[in-house]
Amino acid sequence: MTHIDFSLVDWSRAQFALTACYHWLFVPLTLGLSFIIAFMETIYVKTGNEEWKRLTKFWMTIFGINFAIGIATGLILEFEFGTNWSNYSWFVGDIFGAPLAIEGIMAFFLETTFIAVMFFGWNKVGKKFHLLATWLVAIGSNLSALWILVANGWMQLPVGMKFNPDTARNEMVDFWKILFSPVAVNKFLHTVSSGYVLAALFVIGVSSWYLLKKRDVLYAKRSIVVAASFGLLASIFILFTGDGSARAVAHHQPMKFAAMENLYMGQQNAPLAAFGILKQDPNAPGHKKMNFSYLIEIPDVLSYMAFLNPNAYVPGIYDLVHGNADHGVPSYNERIAKGEIAINALAAYKNAKLAGNDSLANIMLVTFERNYNNFGYGYYANRDVHELIPNIPMSFYSFRIMVFLGLHFFALILVVLILTVKNRIDNKKVILYTALWTIPLAYIASMLGWIVAEVGRQPWVIQDILPTIAAVSQLKASSVQLTFWLFAVFFTALLIAEIGIIVKQIGKGFTA
Amino acid sequence: MFESLSLLSLQQYWWLIVSLLGALLVFLMFVQGGQTLIFTLGKSEEERTLLVNLLGRKWELTFTTLVTFGGAFFASFPLFYSTSFGGAYWVWMAILIAFVIQAVSYEYRKKPGNFLGQKTFEIFLIFNGLLGTLLLGTAVATFFTGSAFSVNKMNLLDLTSGNMPVISEWKGPAHGLEAALSPVNLSLGLAVLFLSRVLAILYFMNRLDHAAIMERLKKQLLYNAIPFLVFFLAFAGWLLLSSGYAVDPKTGIVSMEPYKYLHNLIALPVVAILFILGVAGVLLGIIRSVACFEKCHTKGIWLSGTGTVLTVWALLLLAGFNHTAFYPSNWDLQSSLTIENSSSSHYTLTAMSYVSLLVPFVLAYIWYVWRAIDKKKISTEELQSESHVY
Repeated sequence: MTHIDFSLVDWSRAQFALTACYHWLFVPLTLGLSFIIAFMETIYVKTGNEEWKRLTKFWMTIFGINFAIGIATGLILEFEFGTNWSNYSWFVGDIFGAPLAIEGIMAFFLETTFIAVMFFGWNKVGKKFHLLATWLVAIGSNLSALWILVANGWMQLPVGMKFNPDTARNEMVDFWKILFSPVAVNKFLHTVSSGYVLAALFVIGVSSWYLLKKRDVLYAKRSIVVAASFGLLASIFILFTGDGSARAVAHHQPMKFAAMENLYMGQQNAPLAAFGILKQDPNAPGHKKMNFSYLIEIPDVLSYMAFLNPNAYVPGIYDLVHGNADHGVPSYNERIAKGEIAINALAAYKNAKLAGNDSLANIMLVTFERNYNNFGYGYYANRDVHELIPNIPMSFYSFRIMVFLGLHFFALILVVLILTVKNRIDNKKVILYTALWTIPLAYIASMLGWIVAEVGRQPWVIQDILPTIAAVSQLKASSVQLTFWLFAVFFTALLIAEIGIIVKQIGKGFTA
Repeated sequence: MFESLSLLSLQQYWWLIVSLLGALLVFLMFVQGGQTLIFTLGKSEEERTLLVNLLGRKWELTFTTLVTFGGAFFASFPLFYSTSFGGAYWVWMAILIAFVIQAVSYEYRKKPGNFLGQKTFEIFLIFNGLLGTLLLGTAVATFFTGSAFSVNKMNLLDLTSGNMPVISEWKGPAHGLEAALSPVNLSLGLAVLFLSRVLAILYFMNRLDHAAIMERLKKQLLYNAIPFLVFFLAFAGWLLLSSGYAVDPKTGIVSMEPYKYLHNLIALPVVAILFILGVAGVLLGIIRSVACFEKCHTKGIWLSGTGTVLTVWALLLLAGFNHTAFYPSNWDLQSSLTIENSSSSHYTLTAMSYVSLLVPFVLAYIWYVWRAIDKKKISTEELQSESHVY
């Protein structure tokens, strides 16, 4: 057997992060723009006004350019579970594979078939059938998001499964529990609504550029009205789903929650760090303890946010690592010991089975099952316990910047909508420039959301069950390093091409 | 309904479905074959654009089938997913990269502002066409020839300090590229490449309204059909004469059995009929398109396409049915993957089987939509009236 190569684990993580980030650069626009186009085409079909058709076709062209690169970057992600995380693919493939397959059968075919009607069907099918196709593309895109986010939600909160000691893997026992797990539901709603807000901001930003240039003014204003109405509803919705997501994290991933807040010592009536600047505590073990060099707090809010009770106790990083008997929080060392018991009991069970010793096998099985919820911790035996703490500054700052940007988006969309409806947007240069420069901010916020979700749960691939060091494929680190750079170069080149094409397309205007 | 089926029946049902998806994928790879012919058939910019647009209307269907094939394989036989993808890393990565660059090439090829230039995207299309077909065929050949890997689930439970708890270990240092050195694997790879070109030619014959290109298609059909036949017959001959990886149904022990795949063909008469009908369909589609060109050239794609699906389906069924290891290990026979030892659980296969009931519905709307879009043949004039051109 080969030894664990930690640079292999790091490069495999880096490659997944790189490819996932690139994919996510394109997905949210697809999710939201598909609906915005469907709204516009619906107005066209209802009114018969050719200007709405032109408007629909303009945004459809942008959609097509973005969609192609979304497909290109998405393919890698599906197969990377196998290529780079082979142990993971076996260990949870019985559960994780199903949503991926359903995504293909239910969503991808719907998208790709009806996208052909969207682009090539204008003169070949009736108006209503074309409109139906446009709606089906929007539904298909969002359905595909549902299934992959259910899969991701399951990794954050593994439910509806049972470990089968004979096959040495987790097996699905309740499909509906996986589909409707609170984390999956919140994750889906929060993620797709973030896509709607991003797409709305994209359309508003591009339209603002036309207004600044005094070009295609009527088309730009109509685009703003549709996008801002949709974006406003989505940004209200996102506040609720964000709140729900944070609560789900507090309940099921307390370390991620503590890292998001840099809450070192747990407390009742925990305050929310509304704004803070972190600095390293050089004396802390593992150098993962961060102090605040500046902090604005809001009393009790964190406890309320997490448990809907201002007096509730929120465990901190220290409590989770070292345990807190008063609040029933086990230490990581206890969990590691139990994880080790689980792993060794499973090995003993399998050996007893092979030897035909059923009574010993049964005893070992009971021991294993009693300790299974700490299984993944067993891989940290003889390792530094602080490896179980995620990167705190990344989680803390990403969360805060995302929330502040979210509030900015809400305010901007509201102001833009009111001004456009009152026909007073034309000369509001500051607002128009703000809208234009908010486009990159929308992408940053969207990416930060994923950083909070994924960096915050490290080192777990499956929360508490499987860490990255036990999930990775057996490859040379140099191989993964090479594919990392290949993807980095390819995707960057394609991104530059995509931006260039979109900018040219926008430059041509609505009536070209 | 599916709950009452035994685990073995569900495993067999899913092997049927995954094999069918694989077969449909090989048929739809006419898009890849066509991409390798853009410059052979298209002598002017206008002709090349016509060909690219013909293919461009179907590329997403092939791509989606590939993605669904991967997802379905993962969901139904996850041990294959983890062993093959994590092991034969370089082959799969090369295939994936070939498809990544395809996905943007149609849309970006002619768009202004594309800094890579039209030629780059055309080269991407050719690269995807050559590598995608050749390597996928080579990878599928290893279902019969075997690969060097081991599978040991106990590794997961080895907490000996510093050991890697990985279940599937690949033994070849080239991580899959070594498969391309085997003449048998290569012959299937080349057969798939030339078959995809033959199917592309028949597809063009069906959809195109362009006299000059049609003349070139006639010539190219023979030029590609002959090497296809040579490589396919070489692989089929080897297959029927070679030893295979047999599984003892009682003990699960894998051993080499002389003429195993020939035995499978005899033991599975339905598969044998599928295979014979499939090969006959492919050949008939080609021969009729040459022999009675005027009347038959538009129908060749349907005959050869159906034939391709049946042949590949039958081949994959031969690999997995009748107590055969479908992903054999020639390094450790007992690590070989069978549909029984690599599948998902009864519950998951049942849940997925209900989802599979959607497949006829999906096929029906794909059929309906493409009937509506493909009413007319494509010509340069028709293309000029289109608002969306690649």
